[in-house]
Amino acid sequence: MAIDLHKYANPKRFLAITAAIYPWSVWLTVLLLVSGLYLSLFVAPPDYQQGDTVRIMFVHVPAAWMALMIYTMMAVSSAVGLIWKHPVADLTAKAAAPIGACFTFLALVTGSLWGQPMWGTFWVWDARLTSMLILFFLYLGYMAVWESFDDPAKAAKAAAILALVGVVNVPIIRFSVDWWNTLHQPASVATMSGPKIHSSILIPLLVMGLAYTAFFVMVLIIRVKAEILQRRLRVLQVSELRER
Amino acid sequence: MKRFFRLILRDLTLAARQGSAVTLSLSFFVIVVVLFPLGVGPELSVLARIGPGVLWVAALLSCLLTLDRMFQADFEDGSLDLLMIGPLPTEMIVLAKVIAHWLTSILPLIVIAPILALSLSIPGDGVLALTTALLVGTPTLSLIGAVGAALTMGMRRGGVLLSLLVLPLYIPVLIFGVAAVDAAIALLPMTPHLLLLGGVSLGALVVGPVAAAAALRLSLS
Amino acid sequence: MRFSVQNLACQRADQLIFEGLSFALGPGEAIWVQGRNGAGKSSLLRICAGLLRPHAGGVAWADEDIFTESDRYQGAFHYVGHQDALKPALTVSENIKFWAAYHGHSDIETALAEFELAPLRDTPAGILSQGQKKRTNLARLAASSAPLWILDEPVSALDKHFIALFKEKLLRHLAGGGMAIFATHQDLGIDQVRRLNLDEVAV
Repeated sequence: MAIDLHKYANPKRFLAITAAIYPWSVWLTVLLLVSGLYLSLFVAPPDYQQGDTVRIMFVHVPAAWMALMIYTMMAVSSAVGLIWKHPVADLTAKAAAPIGACFTFLALVTGSLWGQPMWGTFWVWDARLTSMLILFFLYLGYMAVWESFDDPAKAAKAAAILALVGVVNVPIIRFSVDWWNTLHQPASVATMSGPKIHSSILIPLLVMGLAYTAFFVMVLIIRVKAEILQRRLRVLQVSELRER
Repeated sequence: MKRFFRLILRDLTLAARQGSAVTLSLSFFVIVVVLFPLGVGPELSVLARIGPGVLWVAALLSCLLTLDRMFQADFEDGSLDLLMIGPLPTEMIVLAKVIAHWLTSILPLIVIAPILALSLSIPGDGVLALTTALLVGTPTLSLIGAVGAALTMGMRRGGVLLSLLVLPLYIPVLIFGVAAVDAAIALLPMTPHLLLLGGVSLGALVVGPVAAAAALRLSLS
Repeated sequence: MRFSVQNLACQRADQLIFEGLSFALGPGEAIWVQGRNGAGKSSLLRICAGLLRPHAGGVAWADEDIFTESDRYQGAFHYVGHQDALKPALTVSENIKFWAAYHGHSDIETALAEFELAPLRDTPAGILSQGQKKRTNLARLAASSAPLWILDEPVSALDKHFIALFKEKLLRHLAGGGMAIFATHQDLGIDQVRRLNLDEVAV
């Protein structure tokens, strides 16, 4: 065989493990999402000031958690791919990026929808929302790097370098945006989550967070599988082209 | 070390002979700044309020304009191959290119920035703070930019991608830089902002050359 | 001093171009790399120069891997790519001087003389013809004392006179115990050269 097959066609163990996890992740997603939505929409008490609009928080806050978590995971994955040259690690980072971008987008949209009743405007240059927006651009840049290289091996390394530089920067960006915010908007503006969280709010939040995580694992498995199959297809196409 | 300075000197000579790159980014800087009074109106209090931000954003954008040529010219004519097989470590090559880029593309902006600041009616303290903040903060622009330039080297539409990759990473510099000037105008101590700016620059000095060297090796292979 | 390539495989964009390539080069020997377009001639030379990592196999200089012991290898070879690495805004002598200083050579005057570049020394490289650029590029070889030459298309764009000159220069280098790996389309007519056809190891 002319083509280097071992590189992409060997993630057998990975596929076996994910095949075992996948059904569980589907069931967990359904279960947690249903119970999380029930808890947050019907059980959790309405806010004494904001009324029922506070329920947007149960969609918004876990999405923001996921956005940060997935970026961190991508960076770890990229480091593994860069150092140990594990091809599945690169693919995992690649597959996770659009999911992370979607969660970031969800956090932005729900944040701005929540901002309307809360601040009377759809967008407030609040520190958290602004750093979410910047994170969204980091995701877009990462995905654009993957698209810009013809050679997947090169794209993987380039994207990994970017993800690592990005993850070093995320805390600095976060800190600088907080700094900027305190300078320009004195503490009169309420921040997204209230100062103290009561357990009747915390539990739905955590359940929703777990539901998102299960959903993320489920979609990630589907996407990584699709990536592996796509690589195999490419290898087959190339070898067919050569045999002609 | 002699080779390191020779490389910087060569880039400076090239920039001096083909003056267009310097004047181009300088004119771009001036035009962007001039657009703001035209856009928001000539009211001096408004201009003084947004002036530091305008100058910093304009500096960021002008830096971006010249960034994609940082390695591109050497890549296209094969010089980069010869630089890489030479005795200088790749990180040092990056550092030399970064220094040359800063001297040719950013230092001229800093020289002209006080004049533009005065035209935006930023008070004297603010002008001094602006110059200091630019001197402390702009090395980060070249250092972080080098990573983006190395990653996008040889791409067809590298410039657009470069902006998307690099601009979000420039945000801390922008924030601390403007904050320093605003503090000076408000007669508050600007040292903490400058220290943060310097800290970011030092961090970039560590991360930038290493990451850019890795990206350079990758783009060449 | 010995340059050897062991079981080399080269991959570009998920495609294996050649594999199982082995050869060795001792003092006074030269290898002429042949092959159709896309056979991997340039890639092989770039691997030999340490610019490209091979997909598999190793390259060794004096029995040390060139990628792990790159510091010891870097002074031992000179690489001339098919691009000229000349800055149009610098003059011919400035271009040569920079590279000579960068790679630690000093013999610029001989370099200029060898390829009859003395009349052009103060001409900006930007207005040179293709052949003159090639000569300037080759002149850097003369300034170098490296035992191994790696040359990618060294005589393209040169006329007969300068091809003969280059050949003479190459023969002198080999006679003095030097080594060379080069890829050209035309036959230089050198007797002691070994041929390496990449089409035979292509996959």
